[in-house]
Order: sequence, then C-alpha cells, then structure tokens
Amino acid sequence: MRIVHYLNQFFGGIGGEEHAGHRPEVRPGPVGPGMALKAALGGTAEIVATVICGDSWFNENLEEAKATVLGLIRQHEPDLVVAGPAFNAGRYGMACGAVAQVVTEQLGIPVVTGMYPENPGVEVYRRYAWVVETGNSAAAMRTAIPAMAAIVKRLAAGLEPEPGTYLERGLRVNTFAAERGSARAVEMLVRKLKGEPFTTEYPMPSFDRVPPNPPVKDLSKAKIALVTSGGIVPKGNPDHIESSSASKYGKYYLGDVDDLTAETHQTAHGGYDPTYANADADRVLPVDVMRELEREGVIGKLHDYWYATVGNGTSVANARAYARAIAEDLKKYEVDAVILTST
Amino acid sequence: MVKEIERAGIPVVHVCTVVPISLTVGANRIVPAVAIPHPLGNPALPPDEERALRRRLVMKALRALTTPVDGQTVFE
Repeated sequence: MRIVHYLNQFFGGIGGEEHAGHRPEVRPGPVGPGMALKAALGGTAEIVATVICGDSWFNENLEEAKATVLGLIRQHEPDLVVAGPAFNAGRYGMACGAVAQVVTEQLGIPVVTGMYPENPGVEVYRRYAWVVETGNSAAAMRTAIPAMAAIVKRLAAGLEPEPGTYLERGLRVNTFAAERGSARAVEMLVRKLKGEPFTTEYPMPSFDRVPPNPPVKDLSKAKIALVTSGGIVPKGNPDHIESSSASKYGKYYLGDVDDLTAETHQTAHGGYDPTYANADADRVLPVDVMRELEREGVIGKLHDYWYATVGNGTSVANARAYARAIAEDLKKYEVDAVILTST
Repeated sequence: MVKEIERAGIPVVHVCTVVPISLTVGANRIVPAVAIPHPLGNPALPPDEERALRRRLVMKALRALTTPVDGQTVFE
C-alpha cells in the first residue's frame, strides 16, 4: 500500500510560526512524524511522499491550497493518505480535515488523521477521515502514531477500523437486525413509558445554536464594545494571560486610548506569528478606526473597556465561561452590540 | 465566545479569517477578515491604505450589526 503523508511547516521541519505562510511542497519518503509512522507500520505500507504546507497559508488560501495539495498528492498515486496528527492545533486540524475532504471526494481513497476532540477540524471534517483521538499537544505523539498505524493496517487488510478506535464520523452504516423497525420502535416506546433504560438507534445530533438577536436600530446612538480572542493586551501583559490554553480573560480600560501602538499594546497569543499584532495591535482590535467612527458620530460610543483572551488551545468550557462573565459585564454597562475579533 | 454573548441578548458580529470555524461554532453574523495574524490589517500596504482597509472591514461589521438575520449569515 502506498501512503502520502500531509504535514504542516512545523512537523515538516521547515520552521515554526515564522514559516506558517509556507506554500505547499512535496518531498520523497517519510519526514518527521512519518519516520515513527513508518516504523509503526512495519512492512504493511510505504510512505512514498510527504506534502508539507504552512498552516496560515493553507487556511488563508483554502481553495487554492486544497487544489495544490491534491495535485501534489495525486502525483504519487497513493492508496491512502495520512494527515497530521494535528492534536489541538486549530489551523493544522482544519488543514488536515480539508485535505481529507478533497482526497475523499476527488481520489476516493481513505484518509487517516489524529486530533484532540475539541480541534475544530473534528467538528467540520469528521465524516471525511478516520480521526484517531489524540491528546491536546505533541507530547501525545507516542500514543497517536500507534493508534493511527493500527487503523492504516486495518484498512490495508481490507477491514473496517474497529468502532471506538476513532472518533465517530457521523455516517450511517447499514446493519441487519433480527426484528423489524416497527417492532423495535414499539419496544423502545414501551420501555420509555415504563421508565426503563433504552438505547436509541439514531441519537439526535446536539446542535447548540443560539438564534440571532435583533439588529441595532440606530448605530449613532449605540454603545459598541470590542472583544477579542486574539490576545490584545496592554504592553507587558499585566494579567499574564497565557499564550496557550488561557486560564483567564482580561478587561482593560480604553477610555483614554485613541490608537494602539507597539509602545503601548501587544498580543499575548501564541500559535500565530505575533509580529504584525505587536507592531500595530489595531490590526486585531480596531481601536483607531472605532475612535474615528465615534468622533464622526457613526457610532454613539466605543465602550470604555475591551476584553481579551487567547483562543489558542483554550478549552471550549473555559471560553464559554469567560464569555459569560464578559457578557454579564457588558450588560451592566448597557452595551448595545459587540464586535468580536479572532485571529 | 460569540455564542455566549449572543445568548446574553447582545447582538454580536464575528470578524475572523477562518470562516468555517466561525460557522461551526455557531456565530450568526460573520465578517471574513484578511489573515490569521492580522485579521483587520495588511502590513504589505502603506499605512493610510491599511487604515482604509480596516475602516471598510469595521463598517462592514457595523452593517452586519444593523442587518436583521434569520440564521447564520456571512457578510462577504
């Protein structure tokens, strides 16, 4: 079996964040984690080539990236594609997922990857790949590689991977049951009426959606607040918000600020190249323009505080808790609307 | 975060680069941004043009906040 492996610039050995804009390239044979994968696969399959692309370039040029990476993969005529593992790296997970989608749709071959369950790539692309559950950082490489190799081996042997060894894909699979559907449904209903436990055959997906609020009626009278997950903080990061897996958010006074500069503000965010945000944090939190619009009367008022946390690797539960606290505060100040920026 | 602010009853617009994530998370008003490390800027532009770009994006975000929407809407 021939495998092409997809990696980002970091695991592909090109470099860190400063190379996240790296365009797709292909190298013969295994690279980086591909070495461990090769060892774990034994003689089952051969990694014939490795495609490497920068995480930012991939996500910022999604359609071109998918087409280019697909072209590079196709050249090597694989029977299977492995992507990552991406752990909890959001851009990397999204790239691995997009590769899985385009490979599945265009080449019709299976894709195996590994991600932390909260990686957005899981939610968006799970149906296109066999996604092994990994820990949230590269420290979990030791367990991720054997788990991915086990799935590759099953597929190479023409077998379905065992349920439980991958994250649920949201695909329906045909099976045969002894009783017909109506009988099973009635039995379930009777159990339910009796208060007995029963197992549904079709769990409803839990979409947690919030209906949109009515729009702002009159901007010129509205108080607008800025919130960001891009980590913009006063210079020196007084609250020590962590660059990854933030344990808090910050609330900062904006009343006397007209413009964010390299001398006064910075980002605390890891995971993306901070050069541009540190040089001019208005690129993430547009205070300069909001002040201008306030002076011109386009908006009523820019709220006197901004709120910031770091989205990098921060758990969904924590992000939810921070936003709830922020929203409470915004209501106290009678803020009418929010612009939330993300990197 | 967007969803919790929306849930609290405050209209919110999400300005972000990776729109598929915003859609998955459940933002209702979405404005696509420039790039991951500089969503509301472009360091390749001269300062005045960069600021004009930022103003356009913020205006688009404000327009999104004044537009009634039924469900998830991307303001291209």
